[in-house]
Amino acid sequence: MAKKVLVLGETREGALRNVSFEAIAAAKKISGGGEVVGVLIGDSVADFGNELIAYGADRVVTVEHPHLKSYTSDGYGQAFMAVVEQENPEGLVFGHTAVGKDLAPKIASKLQAGLISDVTDIEGEGDDAVFIRPIFSGKAFEKVKLKEGVDFITVRSNNIAPLERQERSGEVTSLSVDITNLRTIIKNVVRKSSEGVDLSEAKVIVAGGRGVKSSEGFEPLQELANLLGGAVGASRGACDADYCDYSLQIGQTGKVVTPDLYIAAGISGAIQHMAGMSNSKVIVAINKDPEANIFKVADYGIVGDLFEVIPMLTEEFKKVM
Amino acid sequence: MNIYVLVKRTFDTEEKIVVSGGQIQEDGAEFIINPYDEYAIEEAITVRDAHGGEVTVVTIGSDEAEKQLRTALAMGADKAVLINTEDDIEEMDQFTSAYILAEYLKDKEADLILAGNVAIDGGSGQVGPRVADLLGINYVTTITSLNIEGDTVTIVRDIEGDAEELETSLPLLVTAQQGLNEPRYPSLPGIMKAKKKPLEELELDDLDIEEDDVEAKTETIEIYLPPKKAAGRILEGDISNQVSELVGLLRNEAKVI
Repeated sequence: MAKKVLVLGETREGALRNVSFEAIAAAKKISGGGEVVGVLIGDSVADFGNELIAYGADRVVTVEHPHLKSYTSDGYGQAFMAVVEQENPEGLVFGHTAVGKDLAPKIASKLQAGLISDVTDIEGEGDDAVFIRPIFSGKAFEKVKLKEGVDFITVRSNNIAPLERQERSGEVTSLSVDITNLRTIIKNVVRKSSEGVDLSEAKVIVAGGRGVKSSEGFEPLQELANLLGGAVGASRGACDADYCDYSLQIGQTGKVVTPDLYIAAGISGAIQHMAGMSNSKVIVAINKDPEANIFKVADYGIVGDLFEVIPMLTEEFKKVM
Repeated sequence: MNIYVLVKRTFDTEEKIVVSGGQIQEDGAEFIINPYDEYAIEEAITVRDAHGGEVTVVTIGSDEAEKQLRTALAMGADKAVLINTEDDIEEMDQFTSAYILAEYLKDKEADLILAGNVAIDGGSGQVGPRVADLLGINYVTTITSLNIEGDTVTIVRDIEGDAEELETSLPLLVTAQQGLNEPRYPSLPGIMKAKKKPLEELELDDLDIEEDDVEAKTETIEIYLPPKKAAGRILEGDISNQVSELVGLLRNEAKVI
């Protein structure tokens, strides 16, 4: 059966997030030839409608309201449920982002629906769609399906390939919703994450462990990450030692990432850290200790001092890029 | 203040996962309180010590979860509740758990409910917000700071690495993120006291829940381990040659740059 699937589009720093395009590709599969409807919520978001359509949405519904400038579960919940009531969808796809993780369970609860979170792959299409998601932070995987009700999933960044961008046309309509009774007031957002590139969406991650030795020790890693358009991450050891903020932590506690390239510098490879990065497409390990566990999951390894190797790597990439 | 903490018994983070017959093997594995729930317990104790009241830890599971509840009591929680579903439910999902917890909590007049932002086994992070929605109370996820003054609650939450400062009010459900606090270890006197603290055991009948009401909405078809990676290549030669070889491999063989 062809289904109508809603996709929540998300913006960050004035642009749609990649994960929203990936969510459209997931929605296409779930729809089994049905309709994919993008949903944009915010204080001024209608301009992004055509971009969602270019990436595969058939049409877009926007909900704009001054109270939707910042995300709150109450505000976005009211807006999204109004779209659900108008559209009666048979599928819903969000990104597994700060917003998606916070909002999806609320919507699922209101619909008394199942929700499959953090999906990394989809097998089959339409009614036969089966969803694959990591459990135990990627130490294992499970295949899950919805038994009844709407197909509701959140998709992890960087795993489901977006559709190719095409010039397409589709309708962008707005829905007027009265947003009331917000129980949360957002006061301020302090930027702590590294410049520009979001760790969970980064295609390249340069991560440091205890071997980085100090907060200054992260500078060469940052330089390499900047050159490669990537982000810097860290092991718990480095965070516990106060070399960097916990927001950079990758592992069983912390973030689980799946970049195209993961460069682990001075990371020994505790099982908890590996849980957070072992599904990266290509892993490079740089460590002084040839017996370090990290080499067991690495595609390529260099036994050496990261303070020697990383700057040389940066210079070498500069030559060829 | 009437405080509840939702906790889950999970595999120790050190455990290797073994799958046989499509199931995760639990034999011989060490179990712990989900690490994010420990932050929630610690915060609950801190709030109680500052504002008075009582901390009740609640879990769903089997008799085996009693050990984790006793640990929470040893940390300083006042009471524990085990909702034992072992005889009643075979397959649970987040819908099931949230429904049961909300049925338990609905007449408790909780001021503050805390939970971990995610469990390290299932990793969905759904149950907290679902419970709040079922109870009709507000929720804030992935918090790293909590301050309660009168009716006003000031919170800092982690949003993908950035810190969002917000204001809300009680009653409230929050989910804990790393950085919220440093969970205490149970002290020896704490462990002794915990043995005498009340631990109530309930079944679905006690909560007037029919099995049909809590039937899972999702179904796990298969559990499997990630494919084993072929052994990687340790490069050789002097460092500068290794570095240029690596750049070549990443561009031409792995094609990731």
